[in-house]
Amino acid sequence: MTIKQANLSRRAALKGAAGLVIALTLPLGGGKLLAQSAATGKPLAVNAYVRIGSDDIVTVIVKHLEMGQGPLTGLSTLVAEELDADWSKIRTEHAPVDATLYAGIPGIQMTGGSNAIATSYDLMRRAGATARAMLVQAAALAWKVKPEDITVSQGVLRHAASQREGRFGQFAEAASKLAVPQQVTLKDPANFQLIGKDHRTPRVDALAKSTGKAKFTLDINAPGMLTVVVAHPDRFGAKLASFDASAALKVNGVVAVKPIPSGVAVYAKGMWAAIKGRKALKITWDESGAETRGTEQMIADYRALAATPGVVAGASGDAAAAFAAGGKVIEAEYVFPYLAHAPMEPLDGYLQWDGTRALARYGCQAQTFDQGALAMTLGLAPANVEIETLIAGGSFGRRAQGNSHFALELAEAAKAIGPNTPIKLVWTREDDIRGGYYRPLFLHRMRGVVRDGQIAGWTNTLVGQSFMRGTALEPYVVVNGVDMIAVEGANNLPYDLPAFRCEAHFPSSPVSTLWWRSVGHTHAAYSRETFIDRLLIETGKDPVAGRLELMGKHPRLANVLKAVAELANWSGSEPAKGRARGVAVAESFGSYVAEIAEVSLGTNGEPKVHKVWCAVDCGVAVNPDVIRAQVEGGIGFALGHALYGEVPLEKGAPTISNFDGYRSLRIEEMPAVELVIIKSDVAPTGIGEPPVPPLAPAVANALAQLGKARPTRLPFVRMS
Amino acid sequence: MKYTLNVNGADRQVDVDDDTPLLWVLRDELQLTGTKYGCGIAMCGACTVHLDGQPTRSCSTPVASLTPGQKVTTIEAVDGRVAEAVQAAWVAHDVPQCGYCQSGQVMSAVALLRDTPKPSDDDIDAAMSGNLCRCATYVRIRAAIKSAAAKLEA
Ligand code: FES
Ligand code: FES
Repeated sequence: MTIKQANLSRRAALKGAAGLVIALTLPLGGGKLLAQSAATGKPLAVNAYVRIGSDDIVTVIVKHLEMGQGPLTGLSTLVAEELDADWSKIRTEHAPVDATLYAGIPGIQMTGGSNAIATSYDLMRRAGATARAMLVQAAALAWKVKPEDITVSQGVLRHAASQREGRFGQFAEAASKLAVPQQVTLKDPANFQLIGKDHRTPRVDALAKSTGKAKFTLDINAPGMLTVVVAHPDRFGAKLASFDASAALKVNGVVAVKPIPSGVAVYAKGMWAAIKGRKALKITWDESGAETRGTEQMIADYRALAATPGVVAGASGDAAAAFAAGGKVIEAEYVFPYLAHAPMEPLDGYLQWDGTRALARYGCQAQTFDQGALAMTLGLAPANVEIETLIAGGSFGRRAQGNSHFALELAEAAKAIGPNTPIKLVWTREDDIRGGYYRPLFLHRMRGVVRDGQIAGWTNTLVGQSFMRGTALEPYVVVNGVDMIAVEGANNLPYDLPAFRCEAHFPSSPVSTLWWRSVGHTHAAYSRETFIDRLLIETGKDPVAGRLELMGKHPRLANVLKAVAELANWSGSEPAKGRARGVAVAESFGSYVAEIAEVSLGTNGEPKVHKVWCAVDCGVAVNPDVIRAQVEGGIGFALGHALYGEVPLEKGAPTISNFDGYRSLRIEEMPAVELVIIKSDVAPTGIGEPPVPPLAPAVANALAQLGKARPTRLPFVRMS
Repeated sequence: MKYTLNVNGADRQVDVDDDTPLLWVLRDELQLTGTKYGCGIAMCGACTVHLDGQPTRSCSTPVASLTPGQKVTTIEAVDGRVAEAVQAAWVAHDVPQCGYCQSGQVMSAVALLRDTPKPSDDDIDAAMSGNLCRCATYVRIRAAIKSAAAKLEA
């Protein structure tokens, strides 16, 4: 493959260890190459994707947040492949803020929608190929040979005829002085040495994370730094009315207490003093605008709404006529609870500023928005706000905020104490579980009609808060009044039915909500895949064969379903020896996943999932073992929430605070996982989220074979 | 209150309130940040350290409850054959995802294998059940413990 690179522009020599700096920019579909380096001798890392030092170290600058899903390894694999680098010499850095270079979605630097590999596949390979071409050119000039006679392997350049060889580091500086090639040739995938190969690209962060050496935001400890915790109201939508800090200020180690827009900030020398200080606060909240309902009341309200016409989110055929024509009508109501993301490292961030410039350091997942929020709050130009993105202890969507609420609180807390006092703001687990930004509560009202052994019509009315209304992302996701990411997976079926209609209501509440690993598919796939199973069994069809009959327009999805059925030796969902199997499929974020779960009922009445078979088509499998890990982890994450996850509210406040109330999957509850990855040469798509949606419905469909109804109110433990 | 703690083989003086959990003494006073905070109520295991070799939730161990001379070992200093085998297996299996829980997982796994060199699946469940991993790396944690056990036996 040959790629034309237009718009080559300035480059300058680099001195020192940072020899060669390559930067490409691809403003959505374009192929603009910039090669930049600093004339000052300082490495201009800000505009670069690859840096090669005279010490042979290849530093890959990664535009996506590493929160466990593997982009440091994945994006490095792309560069190393085309560069023919030595994997042991690869180092990684998170990119600085610059949406022109590091956009994850048009014009916005962020990680989300499983976009890391998908938006980097061409970009990072071109970066690697360009760097390689310049190193080869430098060696050719030095050796006075033709570039095409030079081979590269594992970070070594060789000229066979003259028996000369040299390492990358020896040519890095000379290469940086060359013109950037107008075009580079990317490898034929048949020649890949790293991409798609198992065990050639182990995770770059495994050792540091197995020895306690990996540095997270919580581990920052700067001179003079104060630890900050903020008291938030119990009820969503409440505001600070007044507070008495006198007892808090007497706590050993507490330095200051300040009101900020989100609550009352306690500044202390260390976390324990901050926690104790916060407990000693006396606060009165103004609850006039607060949510007063509990979850049960909200569900009742949603149920009433679902019985009324909503905004049409998708339709084909004439659903009204399909139901009017007679047949057996099957109805179901599904209720999905508020869910917390509960990343293992709660939200935290470090900020230092001197009144003119600010440096924030944290696991930032939406750099463009957060930089704007920090700048606005501190009264600085965005260019004067630097964000150093650190690895994050999980996210599952929690750190990517359309309204930058955490960055805003961080800046407000810094502003309230004044310049030149570095702060580390930490949310405790209680803040995390009680702090909202939940996967919204959803209610689905489903109706299906079966006539002459066929599914003749299907309607779904869903009710739930919009994920993104009122945030900077609203223009991207709300179309004609429909929050497209709240209805994804519900408003178009992978099944070809004669008549289909999906309507939606997006009621408001002061309870804050946010996307959660796999977004709309968390609820849409569940109601869709359990309801289709029910209808298929009603028509006397096998859940696999019956789905396949309807999936003619979705060949990649049908293909993973066939593959998983083969992997699991599917022979129907009839139970054997107290175990039953259920199946489900979902396309999300451009990837296709089918799962089969084998389930029994435990002695405690809770479902026990023994094994999950999974087939995945995510295009080119860049790092098969990272895909395997995401499938295992995604299945565990999905299962834990399906079985146990719920944040119930009473009178507008959560009734739980920590992992004692927010039960999370433990090792003895984790099923075995067997995966087949479909071989593909289609450009890769994401894998962080797609394994999540099919799991819960597959388990529910198995339960239906064990004499339990498919749970219609989640989590499943409610039914045991 | 002034306390002398034996941490990672050395006596360290700290001046903290009696109710300060060992976790925050380690992290904020001694800058030993490998030990993580995940819940503060002994529900997640991220803060696991060894107290005289026993896996212990440091978030729920007030500094005043330590007995004089009790040895605290953290991820920064856990060593010996078993620890090396466990950490090597963790890397070989690429266990960590976000990695935040893994200090605690490794500390629990090392304690398990020191006591029970050939753990059954039930032994692994019992020893590791208190260590949450929100990334759900459990399949690999189990596999890595088994490989480490096999290597130690060889
Ligand atoms: S932080 Fe100690 S068990 Fe969770
Ligand atoms: S690796 Fe992320 S919580 Fe365990």
